[in-house]
Amino acid sequence: MSEDETMLQDAARGFLDGAAPVSHLRGLRDAGKTLDAKLWADMAAMGWTGVLVPEDAGGSDMGHAAAGILANEMGKTLVTSPFLSTAVIAATALRQVASDRATAALAQIAEGKVIYALAVDEGHKHAPENTQLQAVADGNGFRLTGSKGFVVDGSNADRLLVLAQSDTGLTLFDVPADRDGITRTASAMIDARDAASVDFADVQATGDDVVGTVGDAMTVLRPALEAGQAALAAEMAGLAAGAFEMTVAYLKERKQFGIEIGRFQALQHRAAHLWCESEVTASAVRNAGRMLDEDADNATMAVSLAKARATSTAKLAVIEGVQMHGGIGMTDAFDMGFFMKRGRVAAEWLGDYGYHAERVAAARGF
Amino acid sequence: MSSTDLDTFRAETRAWLEANCPTEMRDGVRNEETICWGGRNWEFISDAQRDWLNVMAAKGWTVPTWPVEYGGAGMDRAHDKILSEELVRLKARLPLQSFGIWMLGPALLAFGSHEQKLQYLPPIARGEVRWCQGYSEPGAGSDLASVQTKADSDGDDYIVNGQKVWTSYADKADCIFALVRTDRDAKKHLGISFLLIDMDSKGVSTKPIRLISGSSPFCETFFDDVRVPKANVVGMEHRGWDVAKHLLTHEREMISGGGAGLLGSRALGAILEEQGGEMDASTRAEALVCEVDALAIGLTLERYKDQAEAGGGVGDASAMLKYQGTELNKRRHELLMSAGGTEALTWDGTHGGLAADWLRTKANSIEGGTSEVMLSIVSRRILGLPG
Repeated sequence: MSEDETMLQDAARGFLDGAAPVSHLRGLRDAGKTLDAKLWADMAAMGWTGVLVPEDAGGSDMGHAAAGILANEMGKTLVTSPFLSTAVIAATALRQVASDRATAALAQIAEGKVIYALAVDEGHKHAPENTQLQAVADGNGFRLTGSKGFVVDGSNADRLLVLAQSDTGLTLFDVPADRDGITRTASAMIDARDAASVDFADVQATGDDVVGTVGDAMTVLRPALEAGQAALAAEMAGLAAGAFEMTVAYLKERKQFGIEIGRFQALQHRAAHLWCESEVTASAVRNAGRMLDEDADNATMAVSLAKARATSTAKLAVIEGVQMHGGIGMTDAFDMGFFMKRGRVAAEWLGDYGYHAERVAAARGF
Repeated sequence: MSSTDLDTFRAETRAWLEANCPTEMRDGVRNEETICWGGRNWEFISDAQRDWLNVMAAKGWTVPTWPVEYGGAGMDRAHDKILSEELVRLKARLPLQSFGIWMLGPALLAFGSHEQKLQYLPPIARGEVRWCQGYSEPGAGSDLASVQTKADSDGDDYIVNGQKVWTSYADKADCIFALVRTDRDAKKHLGISFLLIDMDSKGVSTKPIRLISGSSPFCETFFDDVRVPKANVVGMEHRGWDVAKHLLTHEREMISGGGAGLLGSRALGAILEEQGGEMDASTRAEALVCEVDALAIGLTLERYKDQAEAGGGVGDASAMLKYQGTELNKRRHELLMSAGGTEALTWDGTHGGLAADWLRTKANSIEGGTSEVMLSIVSRRILGLPG
């Protein structure tokens, strides 16, 4: 890591340890909330929400590697915010477009004044190309009809990026979340975070609401999805690190049969294997951020490699985390369960292990 | 250093390699038969192999990162990486590979005296002297420091007696770097010295060990009253364990590289398809995971090389690299055998060598420290779990 990156990491850790330890997520859950507006405003004040917003739109434009560092630190304590949906995915989509409206939207993101959610999937797996939601031409605009599921941050969102099928192909729309005909239903998610089902019944959209070109959503959406996947991989690597840190600390203090359980080689080797896996995943995660910054058009394999590896490492980390803690790991009073549940949700979001492994295979020619 | 400098270096390197790499050396083959190990008794398989070694050695490019005065080209990591990439691009065979380059060289650079470096490094760089490694002993496998081979003081010399085992290519090597016990009263890690011994010395003998793969790359090596000058100790007398550990980190890196599907190499899935036609679902699923892991481990090797150059070296993390690289290599070869089916079960035929390679990989997670020892190193030294 460069000196700047280390400084960013230290600053993020320092802030999040105070503002959003795991108990913060627990507090939100117990209060029945999924958003801390103060935390989001603080992130904006530090330039985090503008991490991928160009400087002329008021952003800090630190790049994808930096966004990954922030997401990684957030993952360590399961920080709950619309950072990925808004500051990473929506910002990357909007900056592909050269329009005054997009620039204004990016400025709002940088200021922390808007929350975006990406409404893309309809089935139980990530598959943007299978979009059924219809955008039917109507005068100068469109009417949107259909349903989206697992819209992350969908309840808290002010605006939605909606992927629809028009007669010329996939088209991406940017609409206010409270537009007539939109019905949002919050889902009771296992990770205690925000996701919603969103129904569209004859929702009006103008030509101005189209992000990019009609019938060509992917030019805008592909970079946005890849940015989100890379940042989510970084978050999951952080999640694995957070769970692992708790587990190793427990191995050193917990005594059974009169000695620390960390003296048992059976546990030592499993902990060591997990660390080895985490190191390999960390390389893939860093590489993805670097590729998005340096050669975004050719970053697909690097991004999918990171998401696949992070998914498997996070799974291993939480399974071992619960198992090595024993019974206490199964209790709600203990934090490990939060890691396990967030790990499962993150595993599915923006493509699961198989989805990304297939993309790696395609890039490698088999 | 600007990227323009690197671009210029790449262009010059590409032009020079085009002009100087013999056509026969550009077939991309990098297997056991085509390796040039060098040494006093080395028989080149072709004039091209000899010429290729000589032109590369003259530029210091057999050991690009070593200092110029010791036979290298004094390159930093960025230039070295470009040279490697250009060699791969040209599908060039490596001009020279050896334990001298991979293991002894780095140890001498870190611990040797200036005189020792001048004496031993240039012949390694030119492929004139072939080295082997005398670490393991019968009865001392993973517990490497329980060395019994003894070196007793006799004036300016030692008299060495004992036996080494798993000495790779001892029957073909000119010299051996060995761990010997010079102080039998000290604690086991403290009485060891790192000693350079000429295999032509009176009293040295070797006996090949036939392996399950049918080949005999490993030997038993016997020392029977062998006289060795004390000047051949690398580092301080009795403190050879420090040298040995340093060298082990390089050895582990070397072994770990074998399995990593580095970004320039071919995809496992493509090889499997070519070999066995359509893959069944379970083989394909395994191949996918293996490919993902290979790419990520390849990136990790690169990351740690960058880190090592930035200072501090790889240290204990070499245990992680070795563990990941060798376990991956075993998985890859299991898949290759599976894809080959019954055709991979013979010593000859179109897939000849596949079975031998598959069997050979089983040693990867044993030699240079077993996977279990690697996990123990990570557990104690990196995670700080109680011993």
